[in-house]
Amino acid sequence: MSREIITASDVRLKYGDFEALHGINLEFKQNEITAMIGPSGCGKSTFLRCLNRMNDLIDTAHVTGDIRLMGDDIYAPTFDVVNLRKRVGMVFQQPVPFPFSIYDNVVYGLRLAGVKDRQTLDAAVETSLRQAALWDEVKDKLHDSALGLSGGQQQRVAIARVLAVKPDVILMDEPTSALDPISSTQIENMLLELREQYTIIIVTHNMHQASRISDRTAFFLQGNLIEFAPTKKIFMNPDKKETEDYISGRFG
Amino acid sequence: MNNDEIKAALTSKSRSAKLERRGKIISFLCIALIVIAVFAIFAFVAVRGIATFVGTKVTLWNFLSKTAWAPGTTDASGVPKLGALPMITGSFGVTLLSALLATPFAIGAAVYMTEISPKWGEKILQPVIDLLVGIPSVVYGFIGLSVVVPFIRNTFGGTGFGILAGTFVLFVMILPTVTSMTISALKAVPRRYREASLALGATRWQTIYKVVLRSATPGILTGIVFGMARAFGEALAVQMVIGNAALMPKNLISPASTLTSVLTSGIGNTVMGSLENNALWTLALLLLLMSLAFNLLVRWIGNKGAMK
Repeated sequence: MSREIITASDVRLKYGDFEALHGINLEFKQNEITAMIGPSGCGKSTFLRCLNRMNDLIDTAHVTGDIRLMGDDIYAPTFDVVNLRKRVGMVFQQPVPFPFSIYDNVVYGLRLAGVKDRQTLDAAVETSLRQAALWDEVKDKLHDSALGLSGGQQQRVAIARVLAVKPDVILMDEPTSALDPISSTQIENMLLELREQYTIIIVTHNMHQASRISDRTAFFLQGNLIEFAPTKKIFMNPDKKETEDYISGRFG
Repeated sequence: MNNDEIKAALTSKSRSAKLERRGKIISFLCIALIVIAVFAIFAFVAVRGIATFVGTKVTLWNFLSKTAWAPGTTDASGVPKLGALPMITGSFGVTLLSALLATPFAIGAAVYMTEISPKWGEKILQPVIDLLVGIPSVVYGFIGLSVVVPFIRNTFGGTGFGILAGTFVLFVMILPTVTSMTISALKAVPRRYREASLALGATRWQTIYKVVLRSATPGILTGIVFGMARAFGEALAVQMVIGNAALMPKNLISPASTLTSVLTSGIGNTVMGSLENNALWTLALLLLLMSLAFNLLVRWIGNKGAMK
């Protein structure tokens, strides 16, 4: 059995007076893909954003509970958020290439970390773009603006940008919901390869996607974690009635 | 309804179609009036301005490069002394220096108001900046005359009038313009960019200068050029503090002049149609062409850096 990389216990999140997460307990294992599914507004994205403290940016959001990355409490006052986000990368729903060249986009995180050596940067660009299955398409136009790429390519640039900083965990917030089916499939295949080296936590609306790529699936409903089990079990033989209803499309 | 009535109803224009056409005509007339006015001004200034060079010994090159400005007198070879270089230098000097001085302050203020303390910025600083834009230029000029000029006189010596005084006054005048345009440019940077940058482990400061300012550069440049256009065209406040001596400025604190200051102080004292008068129109033409150049520059920057 692989070991846990992130453990969350009794995580509650309040927006002002409204409690959006009612005590979530979850463990994410290393080198696995964990999918989080559930209807809109169930708190799965909110929970994902607790894991790299992106909710800190929302003034009214207040998180309690305990989230540990390799045993360290990431909400401890002494914990460095900047360092956390280097170790726990994030890919958003909308592809967000910066209005720079593809090259500058990919090395953004490395340059932040102070890497200046041209050869190191060049090598990182090639490796991460290859991992993101984009190298062959863009190798001749690395210095063109990333805004000129298609949506699917832009999303893979965003993934390459995260891979370049070599995080331990990659969080993905519905990374394919704004893309066409072909681009989505490319990204799914890429994730399966990345599993060898990374731990991936993916929020998705697409249940087929969850069943295709994930090892474990967590089902959220109205701010509660209803069920968390190996993906096969969730889809074939769920314990809870709510899970079964959702999987079979009876609501949500 | 019989057939004739139906035919009439189908072939005549409906009420809404008529209204539509009336609206189109009215709005077209409005824009036509503006276009005609602009062209008329241009033509008028151009005709007067070009008259300086027609049938006289003044050449365009002399006008732009000679430093002696004494309309009505001639030099040894009988050519009228119409060298506009001192004014051109003065105009560009105050414009570039004030823009150079205002830019860092404007960017700093805009970053504070949009990135660091948006609430406070929105409530208190934005109204202050709007207020600064609305202050009449004579007030700036008067404050320049009674505060800035004596300050320069006491600090650096001389009369206190000159390009430096003009720069300070223009700096305060264009600062709100550049600041508010920089603010709009920063606000136009999508929130996603900031989130994506922070999620990659950037600090807030790294995010501001590596992503936000970089993405907003075309907008900021546009703001700076607008500020420069305003500085270049400003007449009254500059005239009050620059010294109005049509001499080549020796340094930043020697009395100088700008295209606008010579125009405003001279246009009432010359006879229409005389060479002295035409020479001033040539200065006006130069001003007009420069503001056209500033406009084209703004458009060029806008097209080049449009955020797709």
